[in-house]
Amino acid sequence: MKGLLPDLDLVRKDFPILERTFDGGETPLVYLDSANTSQKPQIVIDTMVDHLERHNANIARAMHHLGAEATEAFEGARDIVARFLGAPERDEVIFTKNASEGLNLVANTVPLAAGEVVVTTEMEHHSNIVPWQIATQRTGATLKWFGLTDDGQLDLSNIDELITPATKIVALTWVSNMLGTVNPVAEIARKAHEVSALVVIDASQAAPVLPINLSAMPEEERPDFLVFTGHKVVGPTGIGVLWGRRAALEALPPFLGGGEMIATVTMEKSTYAPIPHKFEAGTPPIAEAVGLGAALEYLMHVGMENIHAHEQAITAYALERLASVPGVTVLGPADAAQRGGAISFELDGVHPHDVAQVLDSKGVAIRAGHHCAKPAHQRFGVQASNRMSSYLYTTPAEIDALVEGLEYVRSFFKLDQ
Amino acid sequence: MTAANLEAMYQEIILDHYKNPHGKGLRDPFEAEVHHVNPTCGDEITLRVHVAGDKIEDISYDALGCSISQASASVLNDLVVGKTVDEAMVIHEEFLRLMQGKGQVEPDEDVLEDGIAFAGVAKFPARIKCALLSWMAWKDATAKTLAEEK
Repeated sequence: MKGLLPDLDLVRKDFPILERTFDGGETPLVYLDSANTSQKPQIVIDTMVDHLERHNANIARAMHHLGAEATEAFEGARDIVARFLGAPERDEVIFTKNASEGLNLVANTVPLAAGEVVVTTEMEHHSNIVPWQIATQRTGATLKWFGLTDDGQLDLSNIDELITPATKIVALTWVSNMLGTVNPVAEIARKAHEVSALVVIDASQAAPVLPINLSAMPEEERPDFLVFTGHKVVGPTGIGVLWGRRAALEALPPFLGGGEMIATVTMEKSTYAPIPHKFEAGTPPIAEAVGLGAALEYLMHVGMENIHAHEQAITAYALERLASVPGVTVLGPADAAQRGGAISFELDGVHPHDVAQVLDSKGVAIRAGHHCAKPAHQRFGVQASNRMSSYLYTTPAEIDALVEGLEYVRSFFKLDQ
Repeated sequence: MTAANLEAMYQEIILDHYKNPHGKGLRDPFEAEVHHVNPTCGDEITLRVHVAGDKIEDISYDALGCSISQASASVLNDLVVGKTVDEAMVIHEEFLRLMQGKGQVEPDEDVLEDGIAFAGVAKFPARIKCALLSWMAWKDATAKTLAEEK
C-alpha cells in the first residue's frame, strides 16, 4: 500500500503496549482510539523514568547539580517543542496542563467587551466552545460560530457577516476530532487578520499528523495562538502547549498567579516575569515536559511528512473498507486527502456503546459517544457515533480486524434477521 | 472481555426489551416530568410519572441511548407500574444493590423479575450508569411528584 511507513514493523516494536493481548493471549489488542489518546513509545517511557531516577529536582531555583539538570531537561523540552512547531521564538512556547488549559488561558485573559464578537465553529471540541461561552458571558461580548455543510466542511458562505471589525477572536480547530475535516486555517486567519482579530487554533488533532512550520507561514496566515496536548503526540498526559506570538502573549495579563511567574513581589503588588514564565505559575509537570520532548523528537525522527502520508493511506483504506459494511454511514468528508485520522461512523440499528462493547470483546478499541463534540453531532442529527482513529503504528490488518469486528456486531445483534 | 462475558451482558431478555421496549412514549396525564442525561456518553431520557393516591399509574418515557439504557427503562416500566410508591422503592433499592454489586450480588428474582438479566452488566463499570439512567430519572420524578402533593 502506497504511503505506509516503510518501517511500520519497527515502529510498532517501539510501542510496547501494542503487544497486549486479552483472554489469556487469544485476542490481540487492535488499538483504534489514538484521537482519544495515543500510545507511548519506549523512548518516552524510558526518558521519563530516567529523569525521575537520575535527574529529579525542582527547576529554576535549586542551586545544586540536580536542579541544574532538571532545569536543563525542562527548558530543553521547550526547545524541542519550538523546533516541532517551527516557532519563531522558543520563549513563545508555554507549557500548560493540556490543550484545554491553553484555550482557557487565552479565553480568560484576552480583553473582551460588550459589542465585541468571538467567532468559533460548530465542529469544535467542547474545550474550544465552553471557555468562549464563559468569556463572552462574563464580558458581555457575543459568541458566534461558523456552521457546517452537509459533507462536514466549515460553511464559509457567511464569513463576511461573522468576521467584521467587531470580531476580536476567531477560535477554531485545525482538524476536527469528530469529522476528521482539515480546516482552511490559513484562509480564515488571513480574513481575521484583515480586521485585526486574534486567531486561536486548536491543533490537538493536527499536531499528531500534520507537519507544522509556523515560521514558514506568511505572517498574515499564521495564527496568534495555537494549542495542542502532549498525550495525543505519543507523549504523556498532564502536559500541553500554548504557543503564542510574542507580542500577543505580552499583551495578555497573567492567568494564574504564584511562584515562578513573578519578577518581584511585595505585599502590595508584584511585577511579572517575562514570557514564557509569566504564564507558568507554580511547579510545572517537569517529567511530563521532558517526556513530551522525547515524544516530539521521536515523531520528528520518523518524520512528520511520513507520518502524514501513513495516516492518509490508512484513512483512505479505512474509508474504503467501512463502505463495504452494510448499514455503515461515515460522517464527514469522503475524501481521505481532506481528513485527519479520525473517522466517525454510524452502524444502522446498533447504538455506538453496544458496537464498542462488542468490538472490545474482539480486542478492537474504538470510541463511542459524542467525542466531546455534541453540537457537531446535533448538526448531523445523531446522538452518538462510533469513532475509529489511527496513528503511525496502525496497520491495514487492524482496519481489517475492525471490519471483521463490525460484521460480528451485525451478527451478534441479528441485523440481517 | 471474553465471549462468555459478552453473552452474560447482552442477555436475550435485554435485547428483547431493547427491540420491543415496554411503555415507551410520553403520555398524559402526569404529575412530574424530568430530563436526565449521562454526560459521559450523551444518553438521554425524558420521563413522566403519573401517581394516583399512592399507586403508580403510569411511567412514560422517551429515551435515546444504548441497548442497556433502553432495556432498563423498559424493565423499569414493567416492574414499577401498578405498584405503590413504597413497593416500587423496594424494587429500586434491589436494582441499585444489584448494579452496584460489582457482579458479586445474587439478585432476588422475585423482586426484580426480568431485571435480574442486568447482573452481567454490573461487571462493567462503564455501563452501570446506562442501566441506572431511567431508574434515577424515575426516582427524581417520583420525589418531585410527592413534594408537590405536600
